[in-house]
Amino acid sequence: MIPEIGLFCLILALLVAVAQGTLPLIGAATGWQAGLRVARPAAIGQFGLTTLAFACLAWSFVHNDFSVLYVAANSHADLPAGYRFAAVWGGHEGSLLLWLYLLTAWTLAVALCSKRLPLPFVGRVLAVMGWISVGFLLFMLFLSNPFERLIPPAMAGRDLNPLLQDPGMIVHPPMLYMGYVGFSVAFAFAIAALLSGELDAMWARWVRPWTLAAWTFLTIGILLGSAWAYYVLGWGGWWFWDPVENASFMPWLAGTALIHSLIVTERRGAFRSWTVLLAICTFSLSILGTFLVRSGVLTSVHAFAVDPGRGLYILAFMTLIVGGSLALYAWRAPTVGLGGGFSLLSRESLLLSNNVVLTVAAGSVLLGTLYPVVLDVMEWGKISIGPPYFEAVFVPLMTPAIFLMGVGPVARWKQAEVPELGKRLCVAFVVSVLTAVLVPLAMPGPSRFGSPMIVLGLWLAAWSVASAAAHARQRLMDGDGEVLRRLTRQPRSWYGMLLAHVGVGIFIAGVTLANGYEDKRELRVDVGATQEAGGYQFTFAGIGPASGPNYTAQRAVFHVVRDGKPVVTLYPEKRHYTVQDMALSQADIDSGFTRDLFVALGEPVADNAWTVRIQVKPFMTWIWTGCILMALGGLLAAGDGRYRRAQQAQTKAEAQRAAQAGLPETARAAREGY
Amino acid sequence: MTPRKRRALAIVGGLGLLGLATALVLNALQSNLVFFFSPTQVVAREAPASGSFRVGGLVEQGSLRRDADGLTLRFAVTDTAHAVPVTYQGLLPDLFREGKGVVVAGKMGTDGVFRATEVLAKHDENYMPPEAADAIKKAEQRAQGAAGYAPALKAEAR
Repeated sequence: MIPEIGLFCLILALLVAVAQGTLPLIGAATGWQAGLRVARPAAIGQFGLTTLAFACLAWSFVHNDFSVLYVAANSHADLPAGYRFAAVWGGHEGSLLLWLYLLTAWTLAVALCSKRLPLPFVGRVLAVMGWISVGFLLFMLFLSNPFERLIPPAMAGRDLNPLLQDPGMIVHPPMLYMGYVGFSVAFAFAIAALLSGELDAMWARWVRPWTLAAWTFLTIGILLGSAWAYYVLGWGGWWFWDPVENASFMPWLAGTALIHSLIVTERRGAFRSWTVLLAICTFSLSILGTFLVRSGVLTSVHAFAVDPGRGLYILAFMTLIVGGSLALYAWRAPTVGLGGGFSLLSRESLLLSNNVVLTVAAGSVLLGTLYPVVLDVMEWGKISIGPPYFEAVFVPLMTPAIFLMGVGPVARWKQAEVPELGKRLCVAFVVSVLTAVLVPLAMPGPSRFGSPMIVLGLWLAAWSVASAAAHARQRLMDGDGEVLRRLTRQPRSWYGMLLAHVGVGIFIAGVTLANGYEDKRELRVDVGATQEAGGYQFTFAGIGPASGPNYTAQRAVFHVVRDGKPVVTLYPEKRHYTVQDMALSQADIDSGFTRDLFVALGEPVADNAWTVRIQVKPFMTWIWTGCILMALGGLLAAGDGRYRRAQQAQTKAEAQRAAQAGLPETARAAREGY
Repeated sequence: MTPRKRRALAIVGGLGLLGLATALVLNALQSNLVFFFSPTQVVAREAPASGSFRVGGLVEQGSLRRDADGLTLRFAVTDTAHAVPVTYQGLLPDLFREGKGVVVAGKMGTDGVFRATEVLAKHDENYMPPEAADAIKKAEQRAQGAAGYAPALKAEAR
């Protein structure tokens, strides 16, 4: 009964979504007020219905209703309750429902927080989001129904993949999807702007906090996925340039470009059509990411052939979204107009170069991810493109981007001067070069002077931090007034920017040091024997049986000692999940400020002897810290007061100023009572 | 600078960077593409004599040998028609088992033994690396002269 209620809710949600997608558009085109007023209640109704549907599926999981096919395929009665709930998004159908649920949540947020926006504009935005929702609902109802019954019901479920039975996996997909789906708001605003031809600094001011929020969620989502790979996969790696990871990284790169391009559109009214194009690309890449991972096309292109309906629908839906919005862009973008001028060297031009590099980077990841798939579909051969390709492309692309990241904030709008920039940044430059040369000398190991890659990485890391510090100093010290007063007066978005840029530096430092100075060993270790790695002694004290709710395990005990002093005791496990008859090595990791100690069990090779993976990774936690700082920066910037402050009718003075700066649209919009 | 000039500059700069990036990408692609071959193709010497490539199929039943150090392994990868001997030094993935699908990456030694630097067998119990499944399917087709999966093999793959 409960699953049928869920299904019924989805059908009703489809009807509401169609109304939300059509009536406000007609209203906006003809000035029909009643049609426009449908948008907000429809958004609320859709959210309510989808919440109910989601709750129904969650109920079926928690209550072990194995008469539902999807539950039987992804859960088991022995699974702990928390994982049974998380299993809702453990497979294809459920993750689509989660996607839809989060989409309606974002739509609701837009509907509730857009009181000050002109009604026709809100109507268009909500209508676009309604159409996206229609697309997903149709797909779920006809091709991926999560509520499909299994007759006769299964006695027990097939269980959730043991790799997914990890706390990180409970939160990773929702966070990632919050990011993916959040970009739909920017997309909807972009389409609405194209439809109405109204795109100005105000528009950018509305879109920016939404985009920043989505970007923050995506950053956290990628971080969680990466941390999961590190803690659960048992290889000690945290990023494999796997297509699944690339799928989330592409929208992140495009989204990063978008939040920077929006700055220029907001402050200077420039880059308008570029911003719109980026918004379209970012969301398209989000959808591509969702489908790449969930359609099974990556594990096998033949998965398409197994279920041609799904594959065809996905292709058609993607074509409609990408093709439709690009066609609309080609048709309407000329009406959007150009902004104020700027010189060859200015903050605008620096942000533009940053945008170009980020976009090219996203393109190179897209190529590396899709090229093997395309070749395979065309039957031109089977290839794989591994980490060496991405590393060969990324280092030369990101080096200038990170350098410019330090210069950009210091440069003036419109026109910057080289001598002035040099004066402001020379100290930061010297400090960063010294750091890059001196830090390797302090590191243990044979390569005392550091390889070129290590020096380059450390320089970029130190440059990110030092240039941010130089910028902060200049902003707080220059001119008159007390430092403390200036400190409190700075907008939150400025602090967000500083935090995120410092985060990039910390992240690069972590990657450089963890990769450059790690000590990785794969060894045979007898019980009682001691092995040395990275200056630590690992003693295999013993191994014995252990058990969990749905697995049995062998648990080993490793005492770690350094310079005669005990550091920590690690308990890696070799688990055997009974339902799926699957072995899983659970590494034990001791994370510290300057190093991670990692031990994972391989296989027993003799009585009391195992193969073991031992790794010492310096500054590994800095990688996570850097990502968290970036996300915090995004959060701070999204919460900037100027986005929340009353946006009603920009003052006449501001409109006049905008008009003088050559922004006719802003002036017109202001006259019309924005 | 006028908007028009600025746009022209942006386009020229963008194209220049795009060209540079394309060169970079093509160069990286050329040196980092890893091609896949089935055991039958390897036996027929279609794979490069030097240089890296991937081989996929099933780990042949009863072929796994472990040296006394516990880390040096010998096994054979088969597509049911032909088998390629492989050595590998290191820890095997959790899901590596005889009779299961596997993909190995590495180079062919002069003695005809494949030196694997990477062994892939991941995800879940039922997952078959697509390359491995494909190699087996092709071998079956050649053997039977018929299209489609052999039921017995499908059972084995699961």
